[in-house]
Amino acid sequence: MNDKRPGLEPLTCPVLLPAKDTVLLGHGSGGRLTAELVRKLFLPAFHNPALARLDDQAVISLDGLRLAFTTDSFVVQPLFFPGGDIGSLAVHGTVNDLAMGGAQPLCLSAAFILEEGLPLATLERVVRSMQEAAAAVGVEIVTGDTKVVEKGSGDGLFINTTGLGVVPAGVELSADRARPGDRVLLSGSLGEHGIAVLARREGLEFDCPIESDSAPLHTLVAAMLSVSRAIRCLRDPTRGGLATALNEIAAQSRVGIRIEEAAIPVREEVQGACELLGLDPLYVANEGKLVAIVAPEVAEPLLAALRAHPLGARAQLIGAVTDGRPGEVVLRTRLGTSRLVDMLSGDQLPRIC
Amino acid sequence: MKFIDEYRDPRLAHALVARITRRVTRPWVLMEICGGQTHTLMRYGIDSLLPPQIELVHGPGCPVCVTPLEIVDKAIRLASLPEVTFVSYGDMLRVPGSETDLFHVKAAGGDVRVVYSPMDALRLARAQPERQVVFFAIGFETTAPANARAAWQARREGLKNFSLLVSHVLVPPAIRLLLGSPVNRVQGFIAPGHVCTVMGYREYEALSRDFRVPIVVGGFEPLDLLEAIAMLVEQLEQGRAETENQYVRSVTCEGNRPAQQIMEEVFEVCDRQWRGLGWIPGSGLRLRPELAAFDAERIFGLADTGVEEPPECQSAQVLQGLKKPLDCPAFGNRCTPENPLGAPMVSAEGACAAYYQYRRPAAGR
Repeated sequence: MNDKRPGLEPLTCPVLLPAKDTVLLGHGSGGRLTAELVRKLFLPAFHNPALARLDDQAVISLDGLRLAFTTDSFVVQPLFFPGGDIGSLAVHGTVNDLAMGGAQPLCLSAAFILEEGLPLATLERVVRSMQEAAAAVGVEIVTGDTKVVEKGSGDGLFINTTGLGVVPAGVELSADRARPGDRVLLSGSLGEHGIAVLARREGLEFDCPIESDSAPLHTLVAAMLSVSRAIRCLRDPTRGGLATALNEIAAQSRVGIRIEEAAIPVREEVQGACELLGLDPLYVANEGKLVAIVAPEVAEPLLAALRAHPLGARAQLIGAVTDGRPGEVVLRTRLGTSRLVDMLSGDQLPRIC
Repeated sequence: MKFIDEYRDPRLAHALVARITRRVTRPWVLMEICGGQTHTLMRYGIDSLLPPQIELVHGPGCPVCVTPLEIVDKAIRLASLPEVTFVSYGDMLRVPGSETDLFHVKAAGGDVRVVYSPMDALRLARAQPERQVVFFAIGFETTAPANARAAWQARREGLKNFSLLVSHVLVPPAIRLLLGSPVNRVQGFIAPGHVCTVMGYREYEALSRDFRVPIVVGGFEPLDLLEAIAMLVEQLEQGRAETENQYVRSVTCEGNRPAQQIMEEVFEVCDRQWRGLGWIPGSGLRLRPELAAFDAERIFGLADTGVEEPPECQSAQVLQGLKKPLDCPAFGNRCTPENPLGAPMVSAEGACAAYYQYRRPAAGR
């Protein structure tokens, strides 16, 4: 570093952490620690072109058919929360990962890791909820697996679902396709899932209970694709929230993204909870929202298509792709100033005061 | 949203900026004490709205940042004990001690819990009488009353498995230290609104008098801070040095008496080491001798190790407002939230972390 100020001694670190030789909870936050783990450990080991795209799903061509393939594990606590449960979430999450590739979901697998001592009634309730969610989507759970671990080796119940879908001809969605001038659409208000789960887990009570937005987005995506194929990329901003999803797109497309604070919808209950806890709704998880990068000329018709669908009624045009610094997401505040919207290192931690 | 949007109104904000611009005739260096205020300034880019004569420097009011290394090491030792459930506010988990942090202790099997209130720690103690529950009682005068209340309640219930690792700090002695320093640059202070909600602002009037320095008790929303800056600029331009209250919707001159009473009942003033600032006389709170049964340091026999911050750590200069985070050669390259070299990069309230999150060099502004 060239430092022009005299008398400024180079910083020798008094408090450097030891080499990160263990897995921390932050490695599962979806933030920078997760990205580092993927980049440094998984990608080099499994290296292949389908994986390298780092989309929510891999697209594999087979005899002229393009299959979307994805997997996701669900470790949510509590198992039941306002607006959903681990079962419906396990269906919606994987269906949405397929839908973000523009795929029509075909079928799912379900694998259960059960902790010794879990009441069978709990499992039954979760399974029923999964079946109802799958039926509502119109997919079947066609294969599965069950493992049981000793008491203390799990947290009641973990579920993994894998999904298979078909990508229609001419649909080409990927996080590396954003171009300067493209528009950013958001299908609805932020943060409801994350706050609903947090509130239930921590026993926080609000005047208006906040429900998770957990929902399958494949029909919303189909409605968009029926209007235009000039959609570059879709993402469901789950853990890490909208901020993380946009950072990933900006990094993979090597573009800048600029969003408008005033255009981003946040329900009042969620805003209130975030104010109280010192959290930023931009980083809170959603399970029934999507963010779309679309060509500028189709932004208006696509916004109209989103708003015509019950899951996109509060959709907004929130910003644009720019030729700013590659990988950088900038927010224009209500005051007209600009600030970075960075990826977080790990989970958001509530502030002390 | 009611009681939020009013204080972020762009039209009113720009009117306050115009008022500041009209009044200012020469350079002034102002300091906000509280990390929450630093966070608001960065999050809304308020410094970029101000006329160039106003320089904002950031004070030592981040409780996580100033908790001394010695105490962090003690917390890590306690949390590593098999019989201990260690309970903390979330921010403290990432703070590096001499060798590790609480997140790593947790990953290695330590029973570390995050709570939102010390009362949750009491609940844990009642629910698991076979375990020792230790609460990490840190923070300024804002968190002290609730933490005092937890100790008070534990004594009333006769809990035998609850204790506190106390490292409370007080704001006015730190301002006194900054003002007494021969290298002080700060000409006006925004006093921390939530601390003053508890304590009132009599102590700040004494500071204004003793050092002829204007102080404005300020809130935490953009309009609060802009109005506080306007009030400071007006005092400075008029040659006044008084303590004024901008945050009238929360702060009274005498503060919250019941909160002060429970603090006085449970804690006594002591000298305290601040990370980055060193020992400051009368700047801390510790448990009174009659509550020694709840003092984790005594119960677990934690001796002082005398570990010191090496003097070259630049966080000291950041916390005193002598340097800004961007002046540090390590900022953003060798020092990041993933690999913090110092505490101000750790906490969301730390000045370096606020700059890193909202304002890296050449950010598209």
